[in-house]
Amino acid sequence: MTMLTITDLHATVADKAILKGLSLTINPGEVHAIMGPNGAGKSTLGYTLGGRPGYEVTGGTATFNGEDLFALAPHERAAAGLFLGFQYPVEIPGVSNLQFLREALNAQRKGRGEEPLNGGQFLKLAREKAALLQMDMEMLKRPVNVGFSGGEKKRAEMVQMGILDPKLAILDETDSGLDIDALRICGEGINAIMRRPDKAVLLITHYQRLLDYVQPDFVHVLAGGRIVRSGGPELARELEAHGYGALEETGA
Amino acid sequence: MTTVTLPATHASEGWRYAPKAAVEALWPIEAEEIVVPAGAEGALDIVLEDGAGDEARHLALDLGEGAEFSLTLVNVAAGARYARICVEARLAAKARLTIGAVALAGGSAQVEIVTEVTHAGPDAFSRQVIRQVAGGSGQVTYLGRVRVDVGADGTDGAQSVRAMLLSPTAQANARPELEIYADDVKCAHGCAVGELDRQALFYLAQRGLPPAQAQALMLQAFVAEALDGADEALAARVAGQLAALTEAAA
Repeated sequence: MTMLTITDLHATVADKAILKGLSLTINPGEVHAIMGPNGAGKSTLGYTLGGRPGYEVTGGTATFNGEDLFALAPHERAAAGLFLGFQYPVEIPGVSNLQFLREALNAQRKGRGEEPLNGGQFLKLAREKAALLQMDMEMLKRPVNVGFSGGEKKRAEMVQMGILDPKLAILDETDSGLDIDALRICGEGINAIMRRPDKAVLLITHYQRLLDYVQPDFVHVLAGGRIVRSGGPELARELEAHGYGALEETGA
Repeated sequence: MTTVTLPATHASEGWRYAPKAAVEALWPIEAEEIVVPAGAEGALDIVLEDGAGDEARHLALDLGEGAEFSLTLVNVAAGARYARICVEARLAAKARLTIGAVALAGGSAQVEIVTEVTHAGPDAFSRQVIRQVAGGSGQVTYLGRVRVDVGADGTDGAQSVRAMLLSPTAQANARPELEIYADDVKCAHGCAVGELDRQALFYLAQRGLPPAQAQALMLQAFVAEALDGADEALAARVAGQLAALTEAAA
């Protein structure tokens, strides 16, 4: 069974059509990268799949592990195994990372009919995932993303992903704002958490550099709200060398 | 025991939002007098929780010179209930008073926090942190006055009032007031009414929290400052009430 099948997806934001017939299939065990110029609809794709209010599906379907994704509320999509890594993780003053993540994980487990983790079990899991991303546990006691640098926010996102253990991770420009060391740590974290036969990743990125660490099986170019070209890892290097402009000249 | 004077008309400031019929039924309201002698310290929690009928409490606090007192108020009502806590406080020289208050109104409840803090002597200190949440057609009201008497120089008084509305029919009234008759005074008041951040709610939902639970978690953070210094059991009770309020709204 495929993990995610998107067929002819149309979506609007504030009545403006952004996605215009996007189709994409992702199988378990695969890493896909979506690249494309600014304004192509890359982030809109992530938010639409995550169910963000204001991102309206006007046509097409998305099937996630056999379920109609768009029939589910955002928290149900999360419980079904969809994780969205945010380009700009949201700061939530007063709510500690640990409290938030424990409540989120247990809400997901409840949604799947699983027993909740107790405090000790949860802390052990959190410690293990924080170590994987070389993040100090003290930071997880602080309010969600408050006072975190850009790089720390992205690493915290990966710790969240490790704890929540999704089936499909859609990572929206996880590489932006990262220095070289943080990029390597995040890349290795993604591999450690998600490189499994039963999991899949959709990387949304502008640059080749994250793909040096997380090697994609497939690369797609998103332009004008559609996938205009698909290929293997070599496509990313070609784009890096020649830019999106060259691609548009040669035609899709 | 003294009793509070029944307001002649609704125009009386401290009663302007109170439902007249409910107030009449509760009348007379006895003032609960608390005297904190010079140099002494004290603390008190007052919790009005849902399930009781209409309620109105009136505290008259008298803080002697250098006395310190910490008051935590939790006022919760859902359904068609009226619940009021009024605090009248008089601070002698160098006295210190902190008031942390959480007011939650659901259903068609009316929840009031009314304070009148008088700095009667010099160098006294007062802090009020008021956090209000209204859902359904609930109404939360804060009427608070800090009065600085003639000669009460060196006063340091502040009111921080914030309200969160969970539904289009919920209401918040907030009126922080300063009345100052001295010159060398530091007084501040701030007031804001808002809604929960939608972007943060989506972020929490994307991590798996159902809408009511995401709201409750954010509201816990919102009221936390008012419960600073309160014991954990009370904070947990408030968390439970917030969960009930957001569940009812879901």
